Amino acid sequence: MNLNTAAAELENDPETAAGKTVYVYEGPVRLWHWINALCIVVLSVTGYLIGSPLPSVSGEASANFLMGYIRFAHFAAAYIFAIGFMVRIYWAIVGNHHARQLFMLPITDPKWWAGIVREIRWYLFLEKQPYKYVGHNPLAHLFMFLFVTVAAVLMIFTGFALYSEGAGLGSWQDRLFGWVIPMLGGSQATHSWHHLGMWGIVTFVILHVYAAVREDIMSRQTMISTMISGQRTFRE
Amino acid sequence: MTETFYDVLRRQGISRRSFLKFCSLTATSLGLDSSYAAEIAKAMETKPRTPVIWLEGLECTCCSESFIRSAHPLTKDVVLSMMSLDYHVTLMAAAGHQAEKQLEEIKKKYKGNYILAVEGNPPLNEDGMFCIEGGRPFVEILKETAADAKAVIAWGACASYGCVQAAKPNPTRATPIDKVISGKPIVKVPGCPPIAEVMTGVVTYMLTFDRIPELDRQGRPKMFYGQRIHDKCYRRPHFDAGQFVEQWDDENARKGYCLYKMGCKGPTTYNACSTVRWNDGVSFPIQSGHGCIGCSEEGFWDKGSFYDRVTDIKQFGVESNADKVGGTAAAVAGAAVAVHAAASALKKAKKSDNDKVTGGN
Ligand code: SF4
Ligand code: SF4
Repeated sequence: MNLNTAAAELENDPETAAGKTVYVYEGPVRLWHWINALCIVVLSVTGYLIGSPLPSVSGEASANFLMGYIRFAHFAAAYIFAIGFMVRIYWAIVGNHHARQLFMLPITDPKWWAGIVREIRWYLFLEKQPYKYVGHNPLAHLFMFLFVTVAAVLMIFTGFALYSEGAGLGSWQDRLFGWVIPMLGGSQATHSWHHLGMWGIVTFVILHVYAAVREDIMSRQTMISTMISGQRTFRE
Repeated sequence: MTETFYDVLRRQGISRRSFLKFCSLTATSLGLDSSYAAEIAKAMETKPRTPVIWLEGLECTCCSESFIRSAHPLTKDVVLSMMSLDYHVTLMAAAGHQAEKQLEEIKKKYKGNYILAVEGNPPLNEDGMFCIEGGRPFVEILKETAADAKAVIAWGACASYGCVQAAKPNPTRATPIDKVISGKPIVKVPGCPPIAEVMTGVVTYMLTFDRIPELDRQGRPKMFYGQRIHDKCYRRPHFDAGQFVEQWDDENARKGYCLYKMGCKGPTTYNACSTVRWNDGVSFPIQSGHGCIGCSEEGFWDKGSFYDRVTDIKQFGVESNADKVGGTAAAVAGAAVAVHAAASALKKAKKSDNDKVTGGN
């Protein structure tokens, strides 16, 4: 299949005809999305403050627990994030095929590659219109895979490895994730990777929010309301 | 009759009373309960003495210096008498050919039964020519001596991880001993130097129990390297409260607040300093007002500044840390979004203009 026939097939997909509405994101996927978004905000802010703490508080040490609360918020949000991610994996197995998109890249599909080229051209203002997609468009799909799935795995593994240092030798965190620390060249290096991962996710969030708002206005399909109601409506 | 440790100690003039005291002291310092004192005594009275060969490669002798300063005089006497009999370049009485002969004899007589303690490491560049001992590259002596040893102790950051002589660009290719020795149990006792009591504790454990202590994933004895400096630091309440030294010599420094913002590596360093301390338990770096520099961690010379918490990542250029790399990426993305949004708005405006002219939707 060459790029042209791939393009034609995408253009004439009856599922995405103008005015049509499709149910894409099931309840658990939508719920996960928003919980995850909240977790990422909490984790990024508290994580940054753990690396670069706020100005010192005054008074007796026993009367203050600021750093303790910040770390507590970080760990609590981290558990929710990690458990959410596991539930999300479960839903990828039992949910509809859109729920699986986050975990698989169709790199052997020429249609997908054609879609990436088209999306890039659309963002460079070289195309009048983007293609319509029931799920994620291929470019978004690639970014989601790298900065949500891969990044979440990186953050969960490095995060729990660092947590195991406090939980102690022999804790389940240590037994499951402790090996990450020597693999990355020590505790300090693991902190650095965890920190970089945070910035990667923050950068993605900026692009993701912008792209979602822009596509909602400029593309031929709904975006933001789709992640609320689960329905995607197509326009001309 | 084979010689036991007890025989040796008595010959060195150590009384039975001192010997028993030593046994209970050792049990305590190893975190074992008091019943072990009797077990240690029994082992030392009955088991044949295990000789220790102490080799020194590329190093500064700070491990030996630390070792002979072991706090408790009793421990010092006992452990030194247990060891000085054999081969230790700095401490032994013999020198020259006589010393080399002694080494050969121990290796032959106790084949497979002696402990090899290594201070420093072998440089591998130029066929090991950067460290010559007795006319031969140290790496050869190390390999030969290790081949017939029962177990190997890697003293300090040098033998364990390479330390300063292996710091980038490592011109002599100084290499940790576990990369050179294979097929032998290796106990890593990192630190620059390791704490004296930790060293004597490890030696005593191995000599009396005739086995290596329980090790963690990185090959360090769990009893001394199981926790971070930060986990047992007496300034930890200030850390949890959010009270930090913000600048050297500020009011907070005088109050003894946490040194985290001054780059303390206590949260990423496994060692016993905050419990055992140094110089007969007098103090340790944090207690005297300076952060931990992480001397017992792998490659601590190459892990960025001693005075930053978010340290430089060499892969991203000399002066870049995670905040700089990530913050730049986020800022670039933000700027790109702003420009792109403006261009998109323009395009949309144009399109609706066109639509009006052509009467489209
Ligand atoms: S001084 Fe260092 S080791 Fe002690 S609590 Fe602060 S950061 Fe942790
Ligand atoms: S406090 Fe840190 S730098 Fe100092 S001796 Fe202990 S491990 Fe080494």
